[in-house]
Amino acid sequence: MEMRSTPILQVDNLHKYFPIPRHVGDVLARRPRRSVRAVDGVSFTVQRGEILALVGESGSGKTTVGMNVLGLQQPTEGHILFDGYDVTEWSRGHGASLEAADRFLVPLSRRRRVMTLRERAQMIFQDPYESLNPRQTIFDIVAEPLDIHRLTPSRTERRERVRTALETCGLAPADHFWDRFPAELSGGQRQRVVIAGALVLEPELLVADEPVSMLDVSIRAEILNLLRALRRERGITILYTTHDLATAGFFTDRMAVMYLGRIVELGPTVEVLSQPRHPYTRALISVVPVPNPRRRRQRVILEGEIPNPIDIPPGCRFHPRCPEAIPACREMDPRLHPVAPGHDVACLRV
Amino acid sequence: MAVLEVRNLSVDYVADDGTPLHAVADVGFSVEQGRSLGIVGESGCGKTTVMMALLRLLPEEGRIVSGQVLFDGQDVLQYSESQMRQVRWRGISMVFQGAMNALNPVRTVESQIVEALQIHDVVEQRRAARERAGELLQLVGIPPQRGRQYPHQYSGGMRQRAVIAMALACNPRVLIADEPTTALDVMIQAQILELLERLQAELELSLIMVTHDLGMVAETCDDVLVMYGGMVAEKASSDVIFNTPQHPYTRRLLEAFPDVEEPDSDLASIPGNPPRLDDLPAGCRFEPRCECPERGAICAQTAPPLVELEPGHWAACHSVRRVG
Repeated sequence: MEMRSTPILQVDNLHKYFPIPRHVGDVLARRPRRSVRAVDGVSFTVQRGEILALVGESGSGKTTVGMNVLGLQQPTEGHILFDGYDVTEWSRGHGASLEAADRFLVPLSRRRRVMTLRERAQMIFQDPYESLNPRQTIFDIVAEPLDIHRLTPSRTERRERVRTALETCGLAPADHFWDRFPAELSGGQRQRVVIAGALVLEPELLVADEPVSMLDVSIRAEILNLLRALRRERGITILYTTHDLATAGFFTDRMAVMYLGRIVELGPTVEVLSQPRHPYTRALISVVPVPNPRRRRQRVILEGEIPNPIDIPPGCRFHPRCPEAIPACREMDPRLHPVAPGHDVACLRV
Repeated sequence: MAVLEVRNLSVDYVADDGTPLHAVADVGFSVEQGRSLGIVGESGCGKTTVMMALLRLLPEEGRIVSGQVLFDGQDVLQYSESQMRQVRWRGISMVFQGAMNALNPVRTVESQIVEALQIHDVVEQRRAARERAGELLQLVGIPPQRGRQYPHQYSGGMRQRAVIAMALACNPRVLIADEPTTALDVMIQAQILELLERLQAELELSLIMVTHDLGMVAETCDDVLVMYGGMVAEKASSDVIFNTPQHPYTRRLLEAFPDVEEPDSDLASIPGNPPRLDDLPAGCRFEPRCECPERGAICAQTAPPLVELEPGHWAACHSVRRVG
């Protein structure tokens, strides 16, 4: 793995709140403003060429983290440094406040700066059946990012870049595919087109949001192997958000488990899966179906569902569902602290 | 005796130009009282078509070409439509794929269960129907008073529970669940699986689970039927399927499934696509994607018969041999 001094991504104390509109009645009754605390203090660092899994159920905030990393949403609080540049400042419109950003990007308009980030960081969406325009040819779909970013000096180069992107994603020979429409392709091929559309800009970071959850088991492996090859051959960094611990275990280096807007456990993937320390991580692992009836395990099934992120429980936010909670958990909000080298856990009992 | 037995079922879909497409060919299986059967395979392998055919709910262009569906020893394919209505829901009930998203948004959950009860003449009086609806909700772990709420006030997991309650309204003996946990979070999936397991034991239901999730089948089912291209590839007990599978397709499917307990192991995808119905291979339907070293010329020419390798273990492949 290629290592440089600056991590490609640093997320520092990220908060993202979505205010809830108040009715007239709420204003008259002077009810306080309330908000959905989707992400509530998340920090992590990703090194170049690393694959990090953000694991959690719906409502854990994992997708919101990905959206903020790409500048698709503005953080309420906290910073996101992409290759050392504070991208939150750009999207907020305060101009470049950090020195590094000043040096490089002052001549650029704010829009242009966000565009520069987008060129270097791309997203792969979940559903290849819905994220492709059915009326565009595969060529146009993959070439569109080049046009948006005005990166196509000549027609020949445009063709070549689309060809490279498609063939890197296993759609070879590209000529065979690019005049077709999405409906003519299978699910796995469509997801390859989605990935090619992200790769055509030659990004350094890919945010892959549940890229295989809509695909058949037989095709999942091929998409995951493709992502793994992209890291190996091009050193691309991948932020993989998923609720599926089994696929995350298969190809990520480190894993961050999220619950209700916070990271509760972060560490090397194999270590987190083999020696989970947080009760939530343990419960999650215990319910992943294992493909062998001889290894049926005792499941730790948590009652109920993730609470509403408007009313976050006091103390440890997991305590109402935690099978191991002690009275102190109701009052103390545990911080993420190291329990082994590179392995952090937010639990009072660890 | 098996509660439900499907024999040599074949289903065609008739294309716009009149050509029949053989979606399901010669599928057979049986389910005993209180046992569970998992039907697995990729999308388009005919799993759902078989279920729709046995309930005689195929769309207009679907046609049952041959076969028998024995429920309690009676062939329901010979029944009149009114006799069939007695079998559906009362005898064999189904939780349809995506049904949790098909609840009527402008009616309370309770009234939708009451409707199911009244349509099937389980209870005549509205009050009794409401009481029964409350019991059903309780059975699936929803507080009965929440029956007066609307579907949008439910979470995904609760809506799935409500749909299961509806399927149980007429005390069926066989419950078919088509992808019951797809689109649900892992923890909610586990809750639903546990619910199905509990219901199966308490009500002595025979459960048919249709899914592409091998892990779920390994966790809950006694027997497994692996389908490929509309045909049976292999069937056996779960233990055999997951530990000593014989059909190359079953083996490939297992290799493609990630195992959280073995995160370092490699995943092998199955290159290519399932066969198209308008372009089925002449021989074994898996032959174009098969990489088994023992495959031969015969595989491309003739479809392999389904043979019993050892008691209860069947596979359709030219390169498997009977034991002994």
